[in-house]
Amino acid sequence: MKSRFTLSKLGNVVGLALGLTMAVNMNVSAASVNTTGLAVTDKVVKVGILHSLTGTMAISETGAQEAEKLAIKQINDMGGILGRQIEVIQEDGASDWPTFAEKSRKLLVKDKVAAVFGCWTSASRKAALPVFEKENGLLYYPTFYEGLEQSHNVIYTGQEATQQILAGLDWVAKEKKAKTFYLIGSDYIWPRTTMKIARKHIENVLGGKVVGEDYKPLGNTQFGSTINKIRLKKPDVIYAAVVGGSNVAWFKQLKAAGITSKKQTLLTLSVTEDEVLGIGGENLEGFYSVMKYFQSQDNENNKAFVKAFKEMWGDDSVMGDVTQAAYLGPWLWKAAVEKAGSFDVDKVVKVSETAGIELKQAPEGYVKLHPNHHLWSKTRVAKWNKDGQATVVFESDLIEPNPFPKGYQ
Amino acid sequence: MNFIYDRLLGGKNGMIGIAILAALIFIVLPIGLDLFRLNMVGKYLTYAFAAVSLVLLWGYGGILSLGQGIFFGLGGYSMAMFLKLEASSPENTAIQSTPGIPDFMDWNQLTELPWFWQPFDNFGITLIAVILVPTVFAFIIGYSMFKRRVGGVYFAIITQIIAVILTVLIVGQQGYTGGINGITDLRTLHGWDIRTDSAKYILYFINAILLFAVIFLSRYILTSKFGRLLLAMKDKEDRVRFSGYDVSNFKIFVFVLSAVISSIGGAMFTLQVGFMSPSFVGIVPSIEMVIFAAVGGRMSLIGVVYGTLLVNYGKTVFSETLPEVWLFLMGGLFIAVVMFFPNGLAGLWEKHGNKLTACIKNRQCVIAVKAFIENKRAKKAPATSE
Repeated sequence: MKSRFTLSKLGNVVGLALGLTMAVNMNVSAASVNTTGLAVTDKVVKVGILHSLTGTMAISETGAQEAEKLAIKQINDMGGILGRQIEVIQEDGASDWPTFAEKSRKLLVKDKVAAVFGCWTSASRKAALPVFEKENGLLYYPTFYEGLEQSHNVIYTGQEATQQILAGLDWVAKEKKAKTFYLIGSDYIWPRTTMKIARKHIENVLGGKVVGEDYKPLGNTQFGSTINKIRLKKPDVIYAAVVGGSNVAWFKQLKAAGITSKKQTLLTLSVTEDEVLGIGGENLEGFYSVMKYFQSQDNENNKAFVKAFKEMWGDDSVMGDVTQAAYLGPWLWKAAVEKAGSFDVDKVVKVSETAGIELKQAPEGYVKLHPNHHLWSKTRVAKWNKDGQATVVFESDLIEPNPFPKGYQ
Repeated sequence: MNFIYDRLLGGKNGMIGIAILAALIFIVLPIGLDLFRLNMVGKYLTYAFAAVSLVLLWGYGGILSLGQGIFFGLGGYSMAMFLKLEASSPENTAIQSTPGIPDFMDWNQLTELPWFWQPFDNFGITLIAVILVPTVFAFIIGYSMFKRRVGGVYFAIITQIIAVILTVLIVGQQGYTGGINGITDLRTLHGWDIRTDSAKYILYFINAILLFAVIFLSRYILTSKFGRLLLAMKDKEDRVRFSGYDVSNFKIFVFVLSAVISSIGGAMFTLQVGFMSPSFVGIVPSIEMVIFAAVGGRMSLIGVVYGTLLVNYGKTVFSETLPEVWLFLMGGLFIAVVMFFPNGLAGLWEKHGNKLTACIKNRQCVIAVKAFIENKRAKKAPATSE
């Protein structure tokens, strides 16, 4: 009885001592790290996660929100940010762009969150963007996208179009001696902009030729006419930016038509490990994806990330490019907040722009924030295997983000 | 005076209903809610326009349109085009290859404003377009279908298909329409910033006043001879036809009218929400509008407003508190309404509202409750004795 008493007393003393040192170290009151009325107390800081949990985009966005929660959990386990634990308020964008705007407004106006991690499609970002600009919120956006945007209130943790496109095209021209290209994409802003940049690069820089360019509506499942044209034109490379569920039909129909990696080089910009779950590795075998991150990347940080992710979300989970980019969001925010010594959006943004925020231990490797709110990152080309994983065959140098590329518009 | 009392307000009962709704929308909600929630109510009330239009078309006319989103979208896009042109002044868009045109056109390599965008430079023309474009569109659809006596399920399917076609067209022609992103980042109306707090209040009240104007107009029409003819057509179309009326013309008229009402809602939506996208044109929003009307009671101009508010309130509350399962809750709500209140909220009110008022007047409810309890006891008693 007595020994227990002393033990608990000892615990108290240790706790008190810890608390004191904490208090000394973190002697920053909520008022001083938060001058703009955000939801920050002495113990807790609130952030928002805004992805689609329902609707057609849920399958793609689930990985992103899981990665964000993992990062936040890890940060909390390490003691949080400026001594404060992160509390998540999750909202469902429901694959519906106006809902993204409504929920953004709710998170910023009602909940006063210090940062939001969210959005996936360009359409949802475009819908939410005016809200973030009006309410001066801070959004970490994880998806590779078309560029042509640089908002004071957004940090883009995915690649913009030129980062993803140019290195991949250079690689295929050099390695596969490709001269003729067939471009195919889903019909919306990202594939259109991507193909515009790709065409300019193929024609002006690589001296190649675009022999066909096709766009299919989102959700389209009929690729017969495109496949017939491909057969007729016999391009060296099929360059694809088909998104979402359409990919399943696209690759299955290619295979059914006898166009496999044995005879045809195909480079896709929109297939990550997440999509392969639906497409099936056997339908993709030997084709190439161009991304900045693959789950199979062989480095310590990535192994730790994959392990932690599977521990939290189950052994069956896979990590695609966007999942990894989403994982970077909370860490980039933490780095910026700590450097700024404040949660104020303007201060965090200023530090993000000027202080050279970097993550040395990102799963994808070293990344650094550019003053234009995008990340310096490497582009990788990987070849798909039957088991749904890809083998990296090419890795570029760090590429500077350039959301408004001159000569490509 | 009698004209106003009987025809616009709908007699004593109608007047009470309108007074309650007006008190709610003009006084209770603006005082009770903060601006964020009020703005959301404002958004819901724009859907109520479409729901009211369905009372005319579906409730009284018996014509089920699964394409009210088409007209909501036409109105919304007309307004959005005007606002977008104002937001795309050469100064604002200086970084583009072609300054002075909307940003999405620039991304799609357009170098000049398409001809059908040019009239939307003018606010007056835009307001006319909000009325005229859906009128013409609905007239063409209505004329080609009702003159051939297409009706019932076929009409519903065709309107649905047109909604799909229009969505595909908007998404596909992104250089001209903004594609799947829609027309976003709308800022000012003649220099008046529609994103400020004061603007949101003003727009809320303009919206509410317009909604009441539409309800009065609809009530006036429904209490006229035309309204009775509509009901007659719904019940026995052939008899009306054999009585010498041209049924198709009436149908075309009510279809056009409902299209215009939805379009006004769409225009107000764009003003309050700040953007327009194809997701308000397609099948899902069109069917949602029918659900609003069904939940509220498709024969009641007032009921559908409550229906719209209730369904959207549920949507917001459920999705905020239980983001993982909210869709199931919404589904449960709809099933419950259809199963237990087939005539919607209005039906519920008609069935029990009178009892309730009588109850309060005559203290009947006290007696009824007593009787109910005694009944239960009487039933229970033999069970316990056994």
